[in-house]
Amino acid sequence: MILLSGAEMVIQSLIDLKIQKIFGYPGGAILDIYDAFKTLQCKKIQHILVRHEQAAVHMADGYARATGKIGVVLVTSGPGATNSITGIATAYMDSIPLLIISGQVASNLIGSDAFQECDMIGISRPIVKHSFLIKKTIDIPNILKKSILLATTGRPGPIVIDLPKDILNQKIKKKYYFSKKNDIKKYFYLKKISYTKIKNIIKILIKAKKPIIYAGGGIIHSNSYKELYKLATILNIPVTLTLMSLGAFPGNHPQNLSMIGMHGTYSANMAMHNSDVILAIGTRFDDRTTNNIEKYCPYAKIIHIDIDPTSISKTIHADIHIIGDAKKILKKILKIIYLKKYHIDKKKIKKWWKSINTWKNKKNIILSKSENIIKPQKIIKELYLLTKGKAYIASDVGQHQMFTALYYKFHKPRHWINSGGLGTMGFGLPAALGIKLAFPEHLVICITGDGSIQMNIQELSTAKQYNLPILIINLNNQSLGMVKQWQDLIYNGRHSHSYMKSLPNFIKLSQSYGHIGILLKKKKDIQNTLKKSLEIVKKGSLVFLDVHIDPLEHIYPMQIKNGGMNDMIFCK
Amino acid sequence: MQHVLLIILENEAGALSRVIGLFSQRGYNIEKLTVIPTHTKLLSNITIYTSGNLNIIQQIKKQLKKLINVIKVTQIKYSDYIKQEILLIKILIKNEIIKKKITKILNKYNGEIIHIRNNIYIIKFSDTISKIQKIFYKIKKKIKILKYINSAIFEI
Repeated sequence: MILLSGAEMVIQSLIDLKIQKIFGYPGGAILDIYDAFKTLQCKKIQHILVRHEQAAVHMADGYARATGKIGVVLVTSGPGATNSITGIATAYMDSIPLLIISGQVASNLIGSDAFQECDMIGISRPIVKHSFLIKKTIDIPNILKKSILLATTGRPGPIVIDLPKDILNQKIKKKYYFSKKNDIKKYFYLKKISYTKIKNIIKILIKAKKPIIYAGGGIIHSNSYKELYKLATILNIPVTLTLMSLGAFPGNHPQNLSMIGMHGTYSANMAMHNSDVILAIGTRFDDRTTNNIEKYCPYAKIIHIDIDPTSISKTIHADIHIIGDAKKILKKILKIIYLKKYHIDKKKIKKWWKSINTWKNKKNIILSKSENIIKPQKIIKELYLLTKGKAYIASDVGQHQMFTALYYKFHKPRHWINSGGLGTMGFGLPAALGIKLAFPEHLVICITGDGSIQMNIQELSTAKQYNLPILIINLNNQSLGMVKQWQDLIYNGRHSHSYMKSLPNFIKLSQSYGHIGILLKKKKDIQNTLKKSLEIVKKGSLVFLDVHIDPLEHIYPMQIKNGGMNDMIFCK
Repeated sequence: MQHVLLIILENEAGALSRVIGLFSQRGYNIEKLTVIPTHTKLLSNITIYTSGNLNIIQQIKKQLKKLINVIKVTQIKYSDYIKQEILLIKILIKNEIIKKKITKILNKYNGEIIHIRNNIYIIKFSDTISKIQKIFYKIKKKIKILKYINSAIFEI
C-alpha cells in the first residue's frame, strides 16, 4: 500500500482505471492536481490544455462518442465549473459517459462566498446522472471508480465530482487503496428478459404487413449494430434512424430509409406514418421525431426496447416493451428466430416495399440550377463521394448539421458526432479535436457554420498546440441560417437579428492561428478545392475551408408544426 | 387525483434535494412532504403527496427509481397502511360553558390538554386524517381558534 496525497490519488486512480486522456484547464482550486501530474511523473495520461472549459467538455464528449470510452474533464472551481455546464448538459441530453472533476474551495470555506466559489453540485444537479462531493481524502479512489462505473453502465450519462482544495493537499499523504467491496450492483437491478415477450414480439413482426424498425442512439451506446443489421435483413424490414444513430445501419443499404423526424427524409416519415408495427430500439420518441403526438402513426402497434424505464411510454404509449440492454435483447430475438425456425415470408410485405420504393424515388426537393452559387447540398454530396463515407464527421448545430445528416451517407457507427438533444452551437470544433486525439490516423472533418464556429473558435489554438490536422468546412451563408429559415417560414420573413454583419476574414483568422485557410466561392471549383484540402490535411496541417454558400437556401423536407409524420413541406 | 409515494432514500447530503429537484424540474407537484430518518440514520423515509393522471404518476415513480440515492419507491394503497396525524390547537377559554364543550370533545376523541396559561389552552389530538379534519371543524364551530398546526402524516 503506497502513501499518496489527495491530488496524487486523483491522478493515480485515473491511471489505474485505464484513463488515457484528460481535457482540462488549471486554476487555483485544482493546482494541487496539476502539481500531481509532475510529482507522479505521469506519462500514461495525456492532458489536453484547452482554451475554454466548455470546449474541454465538448472535446471529452467527442472523444467519448467516437471511442465508446468515458471522457474525463478537469476544471477548477467557480467560473471553471460554470463554464463546463453547457458541455455537461449536452452530454446529458445525448446520454454520453463523462466524468467531470471540478475543483472546490476548501471545506471550511464552503458556503462563505469565498473567492471562486460556486455550488457546483447544486448547479449541475438537473443535468447529471449523479454527482459526488468528496469529503475525505481516502474516499477519492473508490468514488472515482464508482463514478466511472455509474457513467458507463445502464443509460450512460455525465457524473460530476467536486473536490474541495483541502482534501487534495500535496503535503498530507494518506494510504491509497481501492476497497474490494462493490456496492454498485444495487443500482442496476435489471429484470430478466421475458421469453414470452420476445416470442410475442417475433410473432407480431412476422405477421405485420407494414413493419418498420426505428432505431435510436441506444443502438450505438450498446454496440448492437450487427444485431440490428441481422434482424433487419432476416425479416426484410425497412430501417429508419434518428439523428443520433446515423451510421448504425449502412447508409447505402437498400433497406435504409435514413433519418426520420422534423428534417427527416420523405420516405422515412411516410413509412413511419403508414406502418402497422413500429419496433423502436434505444430511442426516446423525442419531440423532433414524432411531430404532433396526437397524430402520431395512427395505425401502428408500438414495440419499445430501451434500457431506461423512464423512456417507455413517456410521450408515446408502448403496446409492448422490454427494459434492458439492446444488444442482449436483440441477440435473444435472433437466437429464438433461429431455434424456432420461424417461417418468414418475405413476399408478404412486397406491397409495403413497393410503396416505400415509390416514396424513395419521389423527387420532392428540386434544387434550383445556379451558375455560380454553391449549394450546401452539393458540397456535402461531393464530400461524401471523395471520402467514400468513411470520414469521422463532427458537426455544429444549424442548417449545416441537417444538410450533413441528409446528404452524407454514414456507413459506420460512431462516425457521425453531433449535439442532438440539446443542440449546442459551438460543439463541432472541440468535438472534432477530441475525435482526432482518439484516432490520429483517421480523417476527421468538422462541418460548421459561420454562427457556430465563432462560439468556440479559440480552440484553433488547441489544435495548433497538439498538432491536430482536421478539415474544417465552414458553410458560410453570412447569417444564422436555421433561425432565418424559421423567420422566413413562420414570421413572414421578418429577419430579426439573424444576419451576421462584420464576419471575420476566416482565411486570415485561421492563418493567424498557424493553420491554412482556403476560400471557396465558385461552384466549378468544388471538387478541386476539396481534393486539395484533403491532401493538405493528409500531409498534417489543419485546413479551414471557408465556403460561401447560397444565403437563401433552406433545409427541406420540413415537417409542418402540429401535423402528423406525413405532413411535410419541400420548398419555400 | 391524489397519490401517496413512500420513498426510501440513502441519507446523504444532497440526496433530498435530488428528489425535490426532480419534482420541480419535471413540473410535477408536491402537495405534502415528510422526511424522517430511520433509526439506523443511514436511510430516510420520505412520504410525498402528489397529484396527476396515472401516466404522470408512473413517470414520477420511474424517474424516482432512476435516482442513484433512491433505494425503493412504493405507491401507498390506502387499505394497506395505518395513517396518523397530530393536530395542535390554541384556544382561549373564557368561561365554564365553553370549557364544558371542549372537554366533551376532548373526551370523545381522546384529546388532551398539554398546556395552560392565562386561560389559553393548547390541546392535542392524534387520529386518522379524516377524523382530525372532523374534529377541527367541530371545534371551529364552537370556539375561535387562535392558532393551529397539523403534523406531517405518519404511515406504518
